[in-house]
Amino acid sequence: MGSLSRRTAVAGIGATEFSKNSGRSELQLAAEAVFAALDDAGLSPSDVSGLVTFTQDANQEIAVAREVGMGDLSYFSRVDYGGGAACGTVLQAAMAVASGIADVVVCYRAFNERSGRRFGQPDARVGGEPSSQGLEMSWHVPYGLMTPAAWVAMFARRYMYKYGATSEDFGRVAVAMRRHASTNPAAWFHQRPITLQEHQASKWIAEPLHLLDCCQESDGAVALVVTSVERARDLRHSPAVIAAAAQGSGAGQMMMTSYYRDEMAGLPEMGVVARQLWEKSGLAPSDIQTAIIYDHFTPFVLSQLEELGFCGRGEAKDFIRDGGIEIDGRLPVNPNGGQLGEAYIHGMNGIAEAVRQIRGSSVNQVQGVRNVVVTAGTGVPTSGLILSEA
Amino acid sequence: MTDERDHLMAVAGKAIAAGEGPRIAAPLPVNAATISHWTEAMGERNPLYAGPDAVAPPAMIQVWSMEGLNRDPDRRVRLPVDDVFEALDEAGFTGVVATNCEHTYHRYLDLGEELTSGTRLTDIAGPKRTALGDGYFVTWNVTWYAGDEPVAEMMFRLLKFRPKTSATAADESRNVGAEAAREPYPLRPAVNRDTAFFWDGVREGELRIQKCGDCGILRHPPGPVCPTCRSTRRTHAVASGSGTVYSYVVHHNPPVPGLRTPFVVAVVEVPEGVRLVGNIVRCATEDVYVGMPVRVTYQQMDDELTLPMWIPVEA
Repeated sequence: MGSLSRRTAVAGIGATEFSKNSGRSELQLAAEAVFAALDDAGLSPSDVSGLVTFTQDANQEIAVAREVGMGDLSYFSRVDYGGGAACGTVLQAAMAVASGIADVVVCYRAFNERSGRRFGQPDARVGGEPSSQGLEMSWHVPYGLMTPAAWVAMFARRYMYKYGATSEDFGRVAVAMRRHASTNPAAWFHQRPITLQEHQASKWIAEPLHLLDCCQESDGAVALVVTSVERARDLRHSPAVIAAAAQGSGAGQMMMTSYYRDEMAGLPEMGVVARQLWEKSGLAPSDIQTAIIYDHFTPFVLSQLEELGFCGRGEAKDFIRDGGIEIDGRLPVNPNGGQLGEAYIHGMNGIAEAVRQIRGSSVNQVQGVRNVVVTAGTGVPTSGLILSEA
Repeated sequence: MTDERDHLMAVAGKAIAAGEGPRIAAPLPVNAATISHWTEAMGERNPLYAGPDAVAPPAMIQVWSMEGLNRDPDRRVRLPVDDVFEALDEAGFTGVVATNCEHTYHRYLDLGEELTSGTRLTDIAGPKRTALGDGYFVTWNVTWYAGDEPVAEMMFRLLKFRPKTSATAADESRNVGAEAAREPYPLRPAVNRDTAFFWDGVREGELRIQKCGDCGILRHPPGPVCPTCRSTRRTHAVASGSGTVYSYVVHHNPPVPGLRTPFVVAVVEVPEGVRLVGNIVRCATEDVYVGMPVRVTYQQMDDELTLPMWIPVEA
């Protein structure tokens, strides 16, 4: 088998509006996003032969297929580990296309994460099940360590201790994301930027994390159409070529609580992803004009910049200072406003923004974009992409 | 605990048996000026309550027997319920919150009527566990009389509770369990044959760390197979119980079932070479720091579950 690099592309993107209460079922959201992505690509449901989503998605592939009127499917699969799945869905779609298993694959994620089941709320049932995950959670849940913010806060405290980062450094990420969202009409926080002072004054969620270190909760859906570069060239938009796609899990990996391995101040699983992305694409951080960095909680944006090699270990606080990751900075991160500013669609809205940046069609367009790196959920087994111009 | 309840019940029993206390005269007769102040404050515009033939609004019945701002403690008449409140205060149930009030009116009151009121204790119930703390519900009845004719009655119930005062909120929520009837703690670990030795150890006051029966390597969290030598022969070492805070969080939001916020959860590194997660207790949240020396303690959460936790070495 040859390399997967540059054989497939994202040819279509689609989304619903991003809200706090969609007023419709998750299946309807999925169907709407899939229609939008197919329309964007200029394809019809009957062209689709594969579907990929998250293990956590409540809409089975066959239900989505029925709803949008798809015919025969030759490929359907799921990617596990929460938001870590985002770029993994594209990896699986690309593999299916490149290997001839399917011709056109749609990746989707649809949920009412704000008006339905909210991930940030404690759920006493996450321990209690003697599955491997239940047992893993059982070392933490009995002590009340059972929310994503608190799980991340444990890493953040160690990171601060080791590298001298401060809450203000985390706050600068939030300020940048809200600045970007303020000029993005699709963003929930459109026209609502924040200051660092507002970040510092926001209530504690789990020290050292303030409320404004935590991404929002959203209802909505995003879908992506993946096909071969050759086919994509004949479609409506210029293709966003998948230069590299990778998944990663590290030694001693756990779900959000990898507290037992050598060092807690990094994200080794993102290092696994980063090494593959650079190696397989033949690119380096200096080849990237804008990055989509998964931002469910601000501290992990810093760790990811380090794992991706945009700066050295512990140096992200200096990298982001003085607007370093803002739209006019040295590396614009999440021009759409990210999950802190645009919407929390489990990282899939970030992939759509990366496609727009390659097309040159973003409302917050970075000039001269040729390559965009994208990451997925952090603290969990994760994934990443590099999208390039054709 | 049982002694305390017995004592309180005895005091209350006596007060209930004493029946209605002395009748206390209202400071003023039913009068137009007081009615007018009340109706104005309440926004009450019923014409029945104004003019020369006015009657008093029934809902203002308590107003007639209020003692006013300058009450003289020496002249205050002692009531049977006072003994109960004193006994509750002495037992530490110093908090108070009103819970129910029901009025019954037998007839309208006319201008010029002079009232008296009598109070009797009717019930005490407890100890009850509430969100405010453990406490007793105390119920009494007030009857207002015109001459010897009862004209209105009021049932009043309040909770006298023991305010929480321990070092941290996490301690409080848990220590309550040691005294009151234990409610099942909601955050339970899943336990299977690979992890049971740890929880058995905790119940016996031991912090057990899995040790490979062949290569001897220590490992936490434990698992069925030694990742170093593939052995499935498992034993355990008993940790010394000392440790150092490697990282920690102070959880504020959202609320967590079974716990009161804020509470501290830490990753603790032990000298045996592994890390464990647990709460830091008996320590103010702001005093916790990375590198803080701690030692293990065992907290019984309910009749079945004990959790290892950590306290500062200085404590």
